[in-house]
Amino acid sequence: MEIKNAIAGTLESGDILIQIAPAENDGLAIDLDSTVAYQFGEQIKRVITETLTGLGVTRAQVKATDKGALDCTIRARVTAAAVRATGKDVWAD
Amino acid sequence: MFVPGNNPAMMQDAFIYGPDSIMLDLEDSVTMAEKDTARLLVHNALKTIDYGNTEMVVRINPLNTPYGKKDIEAVVKAGVHVIRMPKTETANEVREVEAEIEKVEKELGCVGRTQIMAAIESTLGVINAYDIAIASKRMMGIALGAEDYSANLKTQRSPEGIELLLARQTIVVAARAAGIDALDTVYSNLNDMETFRKEVELIKQLGFDGKSIINPRQIEVVNEVFAPKEKDIQKALTILAAIKEAEQKGSGVIAVNGKMVDRPVVIRAQRTIDLAIASGIINKEDI
Repeated sequence: MEIKNAIAGTLESGDILIQIAPAENDGLAIDLDSTVAYQFGEQIKRVITETLTGLGVTRAQVKATDKGALDCTIRARVTAAAVRATGKDVWAD
Repeated sequence: MFVPGNNPAMMQDAFIYGPDSIMLDLEDSVTMAEKDTARLLVHNALKTIDYGNTEMVVRINPLNTPYGKKDIEAVVKAGVHVIRMPKTETANEVREVEAEIEKVEKELGCVGRTQIMAAIESTLGVINAYDIAIASKRMMGIALGAEDYSANLKTQRSPEGIELLLARQTIVVAARAAGIDALDTVYSNLNDMETFRKEVELIKQLGFDGKSIINPRQIEVVNEVFAPKEKDIQKALTILAAIKEAEQKGSGVIAVNGKMVDRPVVIRAQRTIDLAIASGIINKEDI
């Protein structure tokens, strides 16, 4: 799926900033910066991967700056960034 | 309690303060550039966060914007209890929102699950208050939105609220006639709790069921004003016990302390007990 640069989220407490960019190689290259990376880094990356894969995005560079977001917030921000990157909304028009 | 739909931290913490109802806002508190992200935040929060017994409401954008239909799809799919329509002026607007809700509910197989609350924020809305209140079986309440209403009246809000009197009374009368709730507008000056308390006392006296708030600090005042007093609770319990006893005896006439109890007295007693339960003063099991 063709994507362009897109961003969603904020750097406020309880939120996560997701930046998506086109990648040259297959797969999702996730660069995570989180204050809780040691404890929850793998879980955050898993939520990002599952959300993007579910939306058909399998080739992208993802930069995630986490400020203690819950899984539901991560899913929302990743979905918003993916929708902006692909131009394909998840809701009916 | 209003909570901006674009603020994850506030959305996850709001229920800790114990409001009866949380209203996640997709309308005025969200800029046009962030409507898409707020919609997704609200959808995912509703699906995931355990809000306990708190009533969950979402204020959507109007259907005549590019956002309204998508808001309805997102929040109905997430299982919201109530959709709040902003700036409602006619019964037809309610029916249009109902049709959109029904479309999504049919897809999910849960027709009738979502209720509607309409915010009345204009002079035309006030004129049509009763028609709006009875426009759908899903209607659970009508609410005053005073900022837009005052602007539409070509005036501004005063501490006494005299400019809102007709709208408030019209909304309460329409809600009562329709058998639904009447909810008052917000008071935005968090530094003036004295005027806020007076306003809550006024709207309770007018007959409103509750008040919209914008900050957890306002919850305590609303609960204090709306909570029934101990002697009223005792009186109500006595009346309801007498009713029960009369029913068991098959008696049609009820007297408490030598005074005949008629229907309005019973209704008022039941409402006092309902409020006492809602305020946590007595438990349902204790009655």
